[in-house]
Amino acid sequence: MSDAWRKFLTNRFAFAGTVVIALIVIGGLGAPLLAPYDPHEQFFDGLTLEGAPLPPNEKFWFGTDLLGRDLLSRLLYGARTSLVIGVVANGAAVTIGTVLGLVAGYVRGWPGAAIMRFTDLMMAFPALLLAIALAAIFSPSLWIVALVIALVNWVQIARVIYTQTTSLATREYIEATRALGANWPRLLFVHVLPHLVPTILVWSTLGIATTVLLEATLSFLGIGVRPPTPSWGGIIFESQSYFLDAPWLVFFPGIAVLLMALSFNLVGDALRDSLDPTQRGR
Amino acid sequence: MRFATHSIRRNEDDEHKMLRFLLNRFVQASFTLLGVTAITFTLAFLVPADPVRMIAGRNATPATVENIRHQLGLDRPLLQQYAGYLTRLAQGDLGRSYMQRTEVSTLIASRLPWTLLLMAGAIFFELLIGLTAGIWAATRRGHISDRAVMVASFVGVSAPQFLVGLLLLYVFAYLLNLFPLGGGTSFSHLILPALTLGITGGGWYSRVMRSSMIDVLRQDYIRTARAKGLKERKVVLVHGLRNAILPIVAMIGLDIGIFMSGAVVVESVYGWPGIGQLAWQAIQVIDIPIIMGVTLTAAVAIVLGNLLADLATPFIDPRVRL
Amino acid sequence: MRLTRSMLLAPVAVLITAAVAVPARAEGSMVVTYKDDVSTLDPAIGYDWQNWSMIKSLFDGLMDYKPGTTELVPDLAESYEISPDGTQYTFKIRPGVKFHNGREVTAEDVKYSVERVVNPKTQSPGAGFFGSIKGFDEMTAGTTETLSGITVVDPHTVQFDLSRPDATFLHVMAINFAFPVPKEEVDRLGADFGKSPVGNGAYALKEWTLGQRVVFERNPNYWKDGNPKLDRIEFQVGQEPNVALLRLQKGEVDILGDGIPPARFLEVKNDAANKDLIVEGGQLHTGYLTMNVRTPPFDNVKVRQAVNMAINKDRIVKIINNRAVPANQPLPPSMPGYDKNYKGYAYDPDEAKKLLAEAGFPNGFETELYANNTDPNPRIAQAIQQDLAAIGIKADLKTLAQSAVIQAGGEGSAPMIWSGGMAWIADFPDPSNFYGPILGCGGAVQGGWNWAWYCNEELDKLAAEADSMTDPAKKAEREELWRQIFIRIMEEAPWAPVFNEQRFTMHGSRVKGDDALFVDPVHIPVHYDEVSVAQ
Repeated sequence: MSDAWRKFLTNRFAFAGTVVIALIVIGGLGAPLLAPYDPHEQFFDGLTLEGAPLPPNEKFWFGTDLLGRDLLSRLLYGARTSLVIGVVANGAAVTIGTVLGLVAGYVRGWPGAAIMRFTDLMMAFPALLLAIALAAIFSPSLWIVALVIALVNWVQIARVIYTQTTSLATREYIEATRALGANWPRLLFVHVLPHLVPTILVWSTLGIATTVLLEATLSFLGIGVRPPTPSWGGIIFESQSYFLDAPWLVFFPGIAVLLMALSFNLVGDALRDSLDPTQRGR
Repeated sequence: MRFATHSIRRNEDDEHKMLRFLLNRFVQASFTLLGVTAITFTLAFLVPADPVRMIAGRNATPATVENIRHQLGLDRPLLQQYAGYLTRLAQGDLGRSYMQRTEVSTLIASRLPWTLLLMAGAIFFELLIGLTAGIWAATRRGHISDRAVMVASFVGVSAPQFLVGLLLLYVFAYLLNLFPLGGGTSFSHLILPALTLGITGGGWYSRVMRSSMIDVLRQDYIRTARAKGLKERKVVLVHGLRNAILPIVAMIGLDIGIFMSGAVVVESVYGWPGIGQLAWQAIQVIDIPIIMGVTLTAAVAIVLGNLLADLATPFIDPRVRL
Repeated sequence: MRLTRSMLLAPVAVLITAAVAVPARAEGSMVVTYKDDVSTLDPAIGYDWQNWSMIKSLFDGLMDYKPGTTELVPDLAESYEISPDGTQYTFKIRPGVKFHNGREVTAEDVKYSVERVVNPKTQSPGAGFFGSIKGFDEMTAGTTETLSGITVVDPHTVQFDLSRPDATFLHVMAINFAFPVPKEEVDRLGADFGKSPVGNGAYALKEWTLGQRVVFERNPNYWKDGNPKLDRIEFQVGQEPNVALLRLQKGEVDILGDGIPPARFLEVKNDAANKDLIVEGGQLHTGYLTMNVRTPPFDNVKVRQAVNMAINKDRIVKIINNRAVPANQPLPPSMPGYDKNYKGYAYDPDEAKKLLAEAGFPNGFETELYANNTDPNPRIAQAIQQDLAAIGIKADLKTLAQSAVIQAGGEGSAPMIWSGGMAWIADFPDPSNFYGPILGCGGAVQGGWNWAWYCNEELDKLAAEADSMTDPAKKAEREELWRQIFIRIMEEAPWAPVFNEQRFTMHGSRVKGDDALFVDPVHIPVHYDEVSVAQ
């Protein structure tokens, strides 16, 4: 076993993170087996006579939502949507943003300017309008939301990576390597990129939390998952104004989003630490 | 020492370069703005809703609908309409709102100061929270306080703004009477909405600050500074911060663009009369002149914000050329 | 965009001065909150939830309703006369009533204002209400600039000649679009008249700070004795309903313009302390499900009847915390013509399944259900979806922005639409208003609002007959005719009526007035001219 692996496995935070991620994946994939009820079934006894949702109880462990559905079952099924959005869509956005920011920051000149002005343009046009327009063209699906998130969310990381790269490119060892005649893609990915890993990690992990919520907004506009298909962001979105009277409706999905983002961060941090050759002690 | 030499020498050559850079950026910006208007205009027509029907109401006959469509020029080919819009734009005319019948420039101008104020307050809190927490965590790497800051950052980012806003209002304004319950626009009204944005944004700033600072503190010159016997506090706050703050500068530039029309939720919770609410309501009824005007305003802010960030970079890290 | 220096300095100045300001209200003043901005206060254009009643307080029309009721009474008109054949209406205008600019309101103003609405250049959403006035078609087509059917007999007498008898004409004279506006001010202000309206009503516009507040002040020259009962009303816009409720509970706000927020409804209603602050009343509203009768399988009446039987309305009413009563016909209970004895389609999934099988769908079918995306409409749509699934109809749900649903309905591309959240509330308390645009042949056109695309020419004839019964003595007979029309519609079931919303208006303890004023069927949320405050 390599040193890196040993280092990673002995990190108890990383271990905890891995376990939580595994649980979320198992929960999402195994929802049909694990969920106590059908996530779509609106129970007659899932609401009070006045139509209020039920707090956690013996029958519904996490309580019920505003339509009398079992919240636990909806959370388990919702893990699928939220994993795709948080990991795949956000990951795509981070990748696009990193590559474009890196290239623009290193190459400068007109190609760099062109990339960065395109970034400005992408930031400026109204994403909500794009979502409404896309809702008309495509039939709503999870993958359309993922596409929109990837299309819209890469710009910010591109900006930050760009700024950092412009600075990194002036560091002595980079200039020295360049003088030695290394070809630029190699230089970028071997010598510059490792320094950007921390920033990329921040975006890929915090981004999980924000994109999961963004999915709810986009679905609200008609491009995402259709009700009654559950998603964590959607559950928070539809019940957030009820938090004073029914806090469990926001608490449980909120904790789920938080745990997912945190776990990926712990694992990411540990991976970086174990792979980083410049890392000296903790 | 590199640090000692970075006073900006303002010789003629530099000024010349600066002018050329700005001129270049101005030309680039006009293309960006042109692109933004073109895309938004096209999108507004792809949207599956008819602004004319929203104007004409439910008692209108088809003939009336077509009449209004003709008056607004919405029956002409898209390119022709776009050309018309650009011509009027060149004369400083943003048009009139379909639903409100008021000049779009008046509507935006009445809300712009409030948006700028909220933006300033939000960025202030983001920096306050983000820099403090980020530096604190970076210098105590791996300790329990570092972990605590990490969890707090993730809570801040994961919490929906609506919820944070309503909770802050409920606790600090309703229960504790420390702040007004929204509905006004004095200095005390600004604090909670700015704080709400600061909490969610501060999580990002703190994580970015932390990782950037950790990277910088590993550099040779920091070790040199330490070896020279400088106090740790000075090493971190002067030499470390100066180099670690670059990504933060880029993020401020980004926020200038984002808060221009993107603070909808916070504006709505606190009854803050910003541009975000105007934009959101306009999108609901496909009020194209407002949508175009707001998008254009946001685009100008984004271009300016990023330009400022790019201008600031060489000042902070003098090795970087414009 | 032009930006003046003062605009940028304004917030700074406010910050300094307002930091010490106390939000307490002066005696005789009231604060009303709304979430959405007020778009315009031009009576020819305003057609929103917020501005509809605000305009009624700035302007007075020839007719109005007795406060708290649906009973028509002359208002700006002193008296009126209807010709025996019901095609000529003559109004005597009350002398001495002045616009806020001091000029007396004359017959000329009435004529000008109606013509302004009908003129296509005004782009008024209310033009269609005046379709029975002679010359309407010519003016709509743009061939004339005046309505030949309106005659100024003398400065205080105006006469309307109709192309057909119209029993709803007095109601039409009471809606906002018929309110007189002073021509000189409209000419002076142009399109900006809506932001600086000059009216003749109980209040005058005092201040409008865009995106923040609109302030009305008592019209000192108002002709009605003791009216209005307040000196000042401040409408604050952009106020989130949940926060507005907190502010009301703190005494900063007097009326919640958007009502009690659904998320807090039960808690607020069940709190004994609020017993005197909440007034419940009926509303001229029906929430319904449309089925596009032109596209299969909804072209089959049995399918539509099955849908009517499949929906568990009691459960849906429960989901919205009993803020409604189940409906079985298009008209709401407080509307003349409502049939108390009609039983409608009872909830019976087994019978519904049987009907589906008879219609040739023993295993159900797949379809789409459109709904507005604002709470609680997606929830109601999901409840309907579950009920339909129980009889084998698999309905995919499309929850979209209001404008997109309206588009789909007007194009006929939506098989089913849940009507909630479409701002559909009666313009005036007459059954006719529930027929023409939403159930008659006239609305079943591209871009129309008859989303069931139901067109029964026989019923159209009956409706025209009912609307030609202008003789007050035939009122009961006319109502009976409307009753038959709506029951016959239910036999063909283009709609599944689901519920009639109840209104729950919450007001601060300072605000006083008869309960009926807080659930006025026409002035919503409250009758601004009639309520008072106690300090």
